[in-house]
Amino acid sequence: MSSFTSFLYNSIFRRNTTMLATVFAGAFAMQLAFDTGSDRVWDSINRGRQWKDIKYKYIQKAEDDGDDDE
Amino acid sequence: MLARSVLRSARSVGATARNVASKTASRSASTTSSAAEGASWKTNALPIGATAFAAGTVAWYAYVAGRDVDAMTPAEEGLHPTQYPWEHAKWNKTFDSQAHGSLRRGFQVYREVCASCHSLSRIPYRSLVGKIMTVDEAKALAEENEYDTEPNDEGEIEKRPGKLSDYLPGPYKNDEAARAANNGALPPDLSLMVKARHGGCDYIFSLLTGYPEEPPAGAVVPEGLNFNPYFPGTGIAMARVLYDDLVEYEDETPATTSQMAKDVTEFLNWAAEPEADDRKKMGWKVLAVTSVLTALSIWVKRYKWASVKSRKLVYNPPIKSPILSKLPKPTNKS
Repeated sequence: MSSFTSFLYNSIFRRNTTMLATVFAGAFAMQLAFDTGSDRVWDSINRGRQWKDIKYKYIQKAEDDGDDDE
Repeated sequence: MLARSVLRSARSVGATARNVASKTASRSASTTSSAAEGASWKTNALPIGATAFAAGTVAWYAYVAGRDVDAMTPAEEGLHPTQYPWEHAKWNKTFDSQAHGSLRRGFQVYREVCASCHSLSRIPYRSLVGKIMTVDEAKALAEENEYDTEPNDEGEIEKRPGKLSDYLPGPYKNDEAARAANNGALPPDLSLMVKARHGGCDYIFSLLTGYPEEPPAGAVVPEGLNFNPYFPGTGIAMARVLYDDLVEYEDETPATTSQMAKDVTEFLNWAAEPEADDRKKMGWKVLAVTSVLTALSIWVKRYKWASVKSRKLVYNPPIKSPILSKLPKPTNKS
């Protein structure tokens, strides 16, 4: 435990610049992780309801029409 | 409150009077109990009268100010719409683009039925893309209509086919033309209709499906209007438009009246609140983050206050010693 806290202190909190950099990088990473995770949960709750779940039907159809024209 | 204080004072007055009466009764043997009965009737008259006055005042006040007052008759108010369990209105559900319901079919109903009278002026073609149809479909749809160009070098305004950034065209040039074509009644723009009417989706669905075969006996339907109990005033200029199999859905859903009404209602809700999906998702994110922050702040508060809350203050009074004992004792030499 003490080795871990001393590692934490030496690597992050010892210098203010490294601590600030850690805060900014952590905020960026947390935001990214939180947004991605919540989007995934939301999409799984609403599976089959949103356009991205069903657009393959219409995209496919449009390509078929293009083939017919050629 | 006033009545209660009056009663209390009356009761005390009565008590003294009763004491006096009982004293006299015990003192003079010739007095009978009839005198005591007469005294009790007189002492009760004041509280009974005060109670009757208070009750009468309350009843009169309730009669004057307590009754419901309606600005409109029930007919002018319109029938309250039935509440339906809209799937897309749940806190954790998005609009249903197509799989089970609705947006695409609802837009088809709007385009084939409603659009002959009602505009949808706040919806551009670009907002349909990625929600209801593909880019190519939306572009093809936009190109079916003509829009004014910017003035050219001679200042002439020409026509060009529509682009994705154009808004859906209305059926009439302006409101006056719309009134002239509809017996003086203006078909309202439907862009924000779900938000603009009490009852929202329920109201629109009930209105679309609520036309009776014939107006009920006794209902007054003015010339040129139709009876609909859900419309405030019950006389609506729009006739019933949705009949079974009026449109033909591309996914072969049976086009019953209620199916079409449900689809177009959901579509109109999307038109009024296209941001609803993102708003709900953002709401859940905010709840998640703030619940963590709330728990954290509660923990910090308890942490900081732990020493304050759990400390114990002990007061040890100084040991009292008689001041005389500190004085030098006199040497007792007699």
